[in-house]
Order: sequence, then C-alpha cells, then structure tokens
Amino acid sequence: MSMPSELFRLLDVEKAYDVGRKGGLFASGPRRRLAALDGVRLSLKAGESVAIVGESGSGKTTLLRVLLGLTSPSDGRALYREKDITLLQGEDRDRFCREVAMIYQDARGSLNPRMSILDLVAEPLDHHGLCKPSERRDRVAALLSRVGLPPEMMERYTSALSGGQVRRVAIARALASSPAVLVADEAVSGLDVSTQAQLLKLLRDLQREMGVSLLFITHDLGVAAYLCERIAVMYLGRIVETGLTKDVLSAPAHPYTRALLNAAPKFFEPIAEPLGGEIPSPIDLPPGCRFAGRCPEARDDCRASDPELVAGAPNREFACLHPLIGEPAFA
Amino acid sequence: MADVALSSPRAAPSRAANVWTYVRGHVWFVIAAVVVAAYVFAAAFAPFVAPFAPTEQDMMSFMAPPAWGPHLLGTDSFGQDLLSRTIYGARYALLIGLGAVLIGAGGGLVVGLAAGLIGGRVEWALMRLVDSLLALPSLIMAIAFISILGQGVDKVVLAVGVALIGPFSRTVRGDVLQVKAQPFVEAARLMGVGTLAIVWRHIIPNVIFPLAVQATIRVSYAILVSSGLSFIGIGVTPPTPDWGLMIAEGRSFVSFAPWIAGVPGAALAVLLIALSVVGDGVREQFDPKLKKEG
Ligand SMILES: Nc1ncnc2c1ncn2[C@@H]1O[C@H](COP(=O)(O)OP(=O)(O)O)[C@@H](O)[C@H]1O
Ligand code: SF4
Ligand SMILES: [Mg+2]
Repeated sequence: MSMPSELFRLLDVEKAYDVGRKGGLFASGPRRRLAALDGVRLSLKAGESVAIVGESGSGKTTLLRVLLGLTSPSDGRALYREKDITLLQGEDRDRFCREVAMIYQDARGSLNPRMSILDLVAEPLDHHGLCKPSERRDRVAALLSRVGLPPEMMERYTSALSGGQVRRVAIARALASSPAVLVADEAVSGLDVSTQAQLLKLLRDLQREMGVSLLFITHDLGVAAYLCERIAVMYLGRIVETGLTKDVLSAPAHPYTRALLNAAPKFFEPIAEPLGGEIPSPIDLPPGCRFAGRCPEARDDCRASDPELVAGAPNREFACLHPLIGEPAFA
Repeated sequence: MADVALSSPRAAPSRAANVWTYVRGHVWFVIAAVVVAAYVFAAAFAPFVAPFAPTEQDMMSFMAPPAWGPHLLGTDSFGQDLLSRTIYGARYALLIGLGAVLIGAGGGLVVGLAAGLIGGRVEWALMRLVDSLLALPSLIMAIAFISILGQGVDKVVLAVGVALIGPFSRTVRGDVLQVKAQPFVEAARLMGVGTLAIVWRHIIPNVIFPLAVQATIRVSYAILVSSGLSFIGIGVTPPTPDWGLMIAEGRSFVSFAPWIAGVPGAALAVLLIALSVVGDGVREQFDPKLKKEG
C-alpha cells in the first residue's frame, strides 16, 4: 500500500490572467493581472467529499479547471496522485482520464446531441476498453438503472429528455469508468426542488456505496451540508475557511462564512443577496485582507496585513485576523 | 398484415388523420415537394415520358405554337418538340444543381473544417481567400472559372461548384467554432479522447447536418447560376436541351413565338420556386430555432 491516500493536492496554486493595461490598448500603465486563484491549498483524499462554496466570481470554476488539467497554474503545483496534472503522460494520463469524471453544470451541453443515450453512456467504456462489445448494452442498462432511469431510454436522444433525466444520464456516464473522483460544478442547480432532492440523494448514495470521492462546487450551503463532509469557502480567489462542514456551518470562524450563512436562511436555496457591498474587482486588490471592505469585524490592522489560511482550531483553517471562534490566527 | 390492422382498428385512421393534419399545416411545402418529385421523375424517366427525342426535328412544323396535337407545347425554330426538350432539360438542371452543390458543400466542408479546427494563420489565410471569393457574385465567379475550364456540362458543374465553396466554407467554419466551444467537446477531451476522434465523432456529425440543410437550399441557386451561364452562351453547348440555352435561343423570337423561351423559362421558374420552398421547409423542420410554435 504505497499508494498515497491523497488524490488531489493543490500547493499554493495561483492562476492569474493578464487583462491588459489600464486605460486600454495603447495605454502605457503597468500590465494588470487578475488573480482568479491566489495561493490556494487544498487536498482531496480517497473517499472524501469536499464542497467548494463562494459567490460567483470567487474562482470556483477556475479551481476546477486547474484540477482537471484544463488550465495550468501560473504558480504553485497541482498534483494528482503526487504527479503534476498538466504533465501527466502515457499510462498516468490514461489513469487520470479514467479515474476523474466530471459532471457539468450544463449537463445537456455536455452530452453530444447527435449520440444516443446508449452511445453516450458507453463512450467511457469504449474509450477505456472496459467491456466487451457483447456486454455493452447490459452494462449501460445497469448504469441507467443505477441512476434511476429505465433501460429502454438507451435508444433515445437527450433532446427527448427532461432536465432531471439529462442530469441522471450525465451521472451514469460519469460513473461508467468506475472513477475514483467525481467532480461536479453546480450539478443540481436550476432544477425544481424535488428533482434536486432526488439527485442529491442519488449522489450521496453513490458516494457512500462506491466510496468515490466527491468534489462538489455549489453556491448552496444546504447542498454542501447534505453532500459533503468537508467544506472550503472561497472569496476572491482564496480559500478563506475550511473544515468539517458541520463545524464550519454551525460555528463559522470567518466573517465571510457567517455572512454567507446569514444570507442563506433556508437550505436548498441558493444564496440570493449574499451581503452588503459589492464584491471588489479581483484586479489590483488593495493590500490587507481582501474582505476588509465588506467585513463588519474589520479593524485597522485588517487593511495592513493580509491574513493567511492557517490552522486556527482542530481540523479547521481560516484566514482572518479576528476570527469569530477560537484563538486569533495571529496574536 | 391483416391481423395487425384488425387488432388495432384505431391505429390506421389516426395515422391517416396525422398525415392529413401535417398536409394541412404545410400546404405549400407539400405542393412544392410534389412538384420537385415530379421534376425528378420526369428527369429520371425522360425517354419514357417525353413524346420525342430532344434533338428530333419535325420538318413539318417549325415554331409551331402550343396546340392539341403531336407538339403539345409547340416547337422551336429547328422544329424540335419543346415539351420533350424541356423534360430532358430537367435532367441537366437537376444534375448540374446537385453536382455543383456536392462539390461546393464538399469543398466547403474541407475548407471550413480546416479553418475552424486549425485556427491561427491557416484560418486567417483560408478565410481571407473565402472573403475574396465572396466579394464577387457566384455568377461572375462561375464565368471566370468557365473561361479557364472551357464549356460543357461537366465544366459547368465544376465551375458553379467551385464558386459555391466560399459560402459553404463560411457557414461550416462558423458551425465548427460554435460546436468546438460546446461542453461535450471538452468532456470528450477530459475522457482522453484524441483530437481526430473528437473531430470525427463529435464535431463532424454536428456540422454535417446544418450543412445538408443549407445544401438543399442552394440547389436552386446552383441551377439558376448554371442556367445563367448557358443563357449568356458560355455554359452548356447546343444542341443540349438545357433550359438556359433554350431561353437564349428563343430570345430572338419572343415577339412572335414567345413559347420558345416561355416554356423552358416557366419550367425553370417553377422548379426554382418549388426547390426554395422545400429547402425552407426542411430548414424549418430541423432547425429548432426556426420552428414555429403550435
Ligand atoms: N479566461 C479568463 N480570462 C480572464 N479572467 C478570467 C478568465 N476565467 C475566469 N476569469 C476571472 O476569474 C475570476 C474567477 O472566475 P470563476 O473561476 O469563473 O469564478 P466562479 O466559478 O466562482 O464564479 C472572475 O473574476 C473571472 O472574471
Ligand atoms: S481579517 Fe479583518 S477584515 Fe478580514 S475577515 Fe478577518 S476581521 Fe474581517
Ligand atoms: Mg463558476
């Protein structure tokens, strides 16, 4: 058992986009950079489930693209089973492709409209050579029934399916290669409450039965609480608090987490109007804590030094100079 | 077979009712489709349908007007039967239209795929070439190609086909760019599917269909351009019973024998209208964005 238990590891990952000079094309000011991710540390162990929450624009999708190897970090390292994701080759890459499955926010768009459900769900099997041609239909039928769809649906196309059914097909397809990690970006948003609840139950059952790891992006704290043991709260390209979901949500340490909780009175409802004040532009952030402009706890030192994500309590990390629980991160 | 019909007595009338509802909702499409089918039939079975051979001269009747008798639609200045020539002419029209569109769509597929998939300088160069092709109307382009290639049915097909590559390339490239940005392409890449397989399995099937729809619409345009070439005397050579050529020949007699140009002219006009109605119908049927509600 020399296999590391950590599947994903992000080591101080930074992803900056060059957004040109201030004042437009011919301006002579300094080049401006937009830090979509700024010093992100995160790990995902086998069998673990982690929710990434945060307002829109906080860098969740960028984080996911780095994890999937779709963009390379501009600094820091992103590892899968201790190997750089963007440098994976040969067998390692095949394994990554087989073990990491993505469930898209736009489930319909992630399924080729000119392929039948059979071919869509069988594509991972075919591609990775995971079953004999004679078993193909049976395997697809089993996967479909696992996600609660009748096997007769095989012959149909996604255009004939409802939104909930399409998401189930996407989940069946993601499960086809028996992945180690399911990565999902807002996989249940935009559905009616009962369909959402059914899909969440399905995902939780799958996670428990198959021991698959789950990395679930959501802006819904209820979804995070239901599905994931651990939570990471993001704000402007940084993880500002992380820990066990039940601990973090019952006693938030970071004022931003508390604000998110206050803004989400009921579970299973996306955060509507998160908190007062505009989310600042991630371009050219002022020095100090990036939440200072909106933080009710902010003091003078907050505008001077930028708090790092450090262990502030057992099993708990937060980036705040004046946390709401435990000892201050910095004395 | 009888059992099936008897065991489900409601199925048959309801299917007939469905057909009827469809026909009533798409009267013009159905009429146009029937007209096009009639042309295709006449073209395919011209030797059986036409009363005379297309170049057979009747020494007893020159420029005879349409009348009940051997020459229903009259004869031309060579004593050739206009009905027969027009029926044979459908062969050339449809052959040239289909052939040219196949060349144009095939070439457009290759150029559009190359531009959309490779991108960068290749795309830039190809699209500038397409722009320059599109700067001239297809008829002028076709005239230019004909002057290089020479006359004849095959040359006309080639010239009109090449002139159509430009517009087809542009739509294919646009579709490729749009499909390339779809999440399912990224999903395939994440699965580890190689570039060629992605193009073959995911991109081509999603651009070929709108291309086919566009092709049906452009058949009539290709026929019009080819008739134009023949009309100005640089397309198909006489005595081929080509409509454009026949109209050109009848032009000098329009004041006293208008049927010589009128019969092939009407045949051409009716086919063009029917084809564009069918093309629009096909597009409406398969393009969800254009589909009418209710
Ligand atoms: N390709 C890109 N070029 C420039 N800026 C980008 C790009 N992708 C994302 N961003 C910016 O990075 C920030 C984080 O975006 P994103 O990861 O999509 O956040 P989220 O998914 O949490 O809404 C946003 O400010 C966004 O505008
Ligand atoms: S460091 Fe200061 S401004 Fe930042 S979250 Fe903590 S209390 Fe608020
Ligand atoms: Mg996002």
